Order: sequence, then structure tokens, then C-alpha cells
Amino acid sequence: MAFLLEIVTPEKRIFSDEVEGVVIPGSEGELGVLEGHAPLVTNLQPGELRYSKGGEEETLVIGKGAVEVTRGKVSILTDLAVTSDEIDEAAVEEALKRAEDALAEKMSDEEIATVEASIQKSLAQLTFKRKRRKQI
Amino acid sequence: MANTQDIRRRIKSVSNTAQITNAMQLVAASKMKKAQDFATSGRPFAEVLNSVLVNLKANTEEEAHPLLEEREGNKTLVVVITTDKGLCGGLNTNLLRKVDNEGDDQTAYVTVGRKGRQALARLKKNLIADFEVSDPAEFAEAKLVAKFAMDKFLEGEYDRVQVAFTKFVSTLSQEPAIETLLPIRSIDLGVDKGSLVAEAESVSVEADKTEDVGGDDYIFEPDPASVLDSVVPYYVNFEIFQMMQESRASEHSARMVAMKSATDNANDMIKDLKLEYNKIRQAAITTELLDITTAMKALD
Repeated sequence: MAFLLEIVTPEKRIFSDEVEGVVIPGSEGELGVLEGHAPLVTNLQPGELRYSKGGEEETLVIGKGAVEVTRGKVSILTDLAVTSDEIDEAAVEEALKRAEDALAEKMSDEEIATVEASIQKSLAQLTFKRKRRKQI
Repeated sequence: MANTQDIRRRIKSVSNTAQITNAMQLVAASKMKKAQDFATSGRPFAEVLNSVLVNLKANTEEEAHPLLEEREGNKTLVVVITTDKGLCGGLNTNLLRKVDNEGDDQTAYVTVGRKGRQALARLKKNLIADFEVSDPAEFAEAKLVAKFAMDKFLEGEYDRVQVAFTKFVSTLSQEPAIETLLPIRSIDLGVDKGSLVAEAESVSVEADKTEDVGGDDYIFEPDPASVLDSVVPYYVNFEIFQMMQESRASEHSARMVAMKSATDNANDMIKDLKLEYNKIRQAAITTELLDITTAMKALD
């Protein structure tokens, strides 16, 4: 049994295909979705998204956003979605460092929230990349 | 018939103009490519976001979030997105005409872009705010506009928020459009017809499916308020941002085309003027030769 998984970021449509199952990092913890899941809406937490298609499991790192589950379709709206190969570890580490430096300065609440979100995203990418390397 | 000096002067001025319009065409062409990429790449996201919210709205109670509220009143706030600079064909004129036709006395306006501000001020419209946007548009700037619109809506000052912008269809065609942002409605961005038909079909299939199971409500994790609190404002921010990018893409495309035709016209004019110039010059030479030969004949 399959349903449509659609992942979009402001830059492009990352993924749009039939999958058998998907595990989403929701704000309240990981969330497994299979065919026939009840309609659901929740926020995303930066982390790993796993979907299985044709018996194979693929993993993406996604950022903040929202997910909508309807009958027959899962729409994931996020500001970041990359595969392991696309993560440039050095660049991510640099981004992390910049964000941490920025946090040290005085800022408004909104700015702090933005920087913290970017730190979470960077960390999610790094954890994933490192885990992947240990497995190999 | 004008004399040669006049024509020479005109040729010079026309070719100067051609040079300027040609340069503007090149600049617009390079900006156009980037702006078009921005506009088209943001579309899938904007569309999915929109369809998710339309769905959500249909399946939750209106009180779930203040921004989803439908009101009886008829006071509209229109955000008009125009260009800062002119020389882009009928782009702003078409949009402003549409805005003028659809607005009534109760309508208030917020402008984004200098041309819209000037025009609406001249028409003595109820202009309540003006925002400036850099080129290419930045998300933070869109957020400011969105925040202003949402605040006004939440305060109950206006019952509807619309956005007037120019949809980017192709390099040769842009279409003025007014879409309702709040309360949430389905928004049609300039998608090519093929995918639109396909999408319409998939939507109807989905609609059948939901009918089978009955219109059950969404589950919200952790709860409706906190999910909608983050999704709805993000939606408004992003849609405004997307519309700004559409407008930018339209602007540069329109300017490129307008400047190209201006350059072509100037070159045609130069050609005509040169022809006339040569004719006059030749006529002058002939007359002179005639004078000399007649004088020689007379001496013989």
C-alpha cells in the first residue's frame, strides 16, 4: 500500500512520489505514518526523516516547518531538506559557529529565535552525517 | 525639407537613446533570469502551503485561530505591490487600473513600491502605509508587510486582506491579479495549464476519498492553537514574499521586453533618418554640380 509523499522547501519541490511509509520528526517526537493514517497536522522539529519506497529506506535531514497528513497524501513543508551527500560538514560547522557567536551578542527575542532555529538545523545535519559515517 | 544639420542632430540624439535603452535591456535581462528563477522555484511551496491551509480551514472550527475568522463586514485592506522604477511597459498601469476598479470608498491601501504609492496618492485614495522592498525582495521585508496586515486584521479594523500583484506568466506575458490573503482562500499562482489540470484531477480524486471516510476532523499535535499559531503567520509571510517575487519577475520581464522594443524602434528611426539624410545630401550635391556645369556652359 502506498501513498503520496510530497516534500517542498521554498527553493524547490524536493520530493514527490509514492512511498510505503514515512517517519517524521514531529515537535512531539517521532511520528510514523503508514497508509490510512488519520488526518493530522503538526509542527516539525529539525531532524531525520525516513521514508521507505520499494522496500528501500532513504533518509533526509529536514529543518523546521509543518506537516499535514491527509488520506492518501503527506505534505511536508520545511525550510531545509537535504540528503547525506549534500551536507557539507565544514560549511555546517562554520554556520554553527557563526550562529553561536551571534547568540553571544545582545539581540531581540525574535532574532534569538531565528538563530536558535538555525543552530538546531545545523546540529541535526551534523549528527546525521556523523552517524552515517560510523555505519560505513 | 529639413536641412542636413537638423537631421544629423536627430540621428545623434536617437542613437544615444538607443544606447541607453539597449543597456537597460541588458541589465533587465540579467536580473530577469534570477527573478524568474526565484518566482518559479517558490511556487510549489506556496501552493502546497496554500492547499494545506485551505484544507485545514475547511476541517476545523472557525474559532480555532483568529486569522481564520470569516467576518460579515466589507472593509478591505489591499496590499498593492508595484515596481519602484518606471519604463516597464503597462505593468503598473494595468495593475493600478484593476485595483481602482475593484476598490470602493471603504477600501484602504498599503503600497509596496514607489509607483503604487505615487499613483494612489494622486488618486487621493485612503493610503495607510507604504513599504519599501529591495531588489531582489528579502524575506524580512515581506515579514514586515505581513505583520502589519495581520495586526490590522486581528484588531478588526479590516475584514479582509487582499494583495494586488502582477502574476508572472512568461517573459512576454504578465497578468495583474488580486488575491485574498485573509481570511484564507485558495490562491491561484501563475502555474502552467498542464500541471493545473493534473492537480485539479488529483484534487477531485482526493475529494472522493475524503467523502468515503466522512469529513472527520484533523488531529493536532500538540493542540490546534499551537500548530495554527506557527503555521498561519508563516503562511501569510510566505505568500506575501512569493507575491513580491512574482511581481519582481514580472517587472524585469516587462522592462526587458519594453526596452527591447524601444531599442528596435530607435534603430528603425535611425535607419529612416539616415536614408533621408543621404537623400538630402545627394540632392545638395546634384544641385551644386548643376550650378557648376551651368556656370561652365555659360562661360563657353
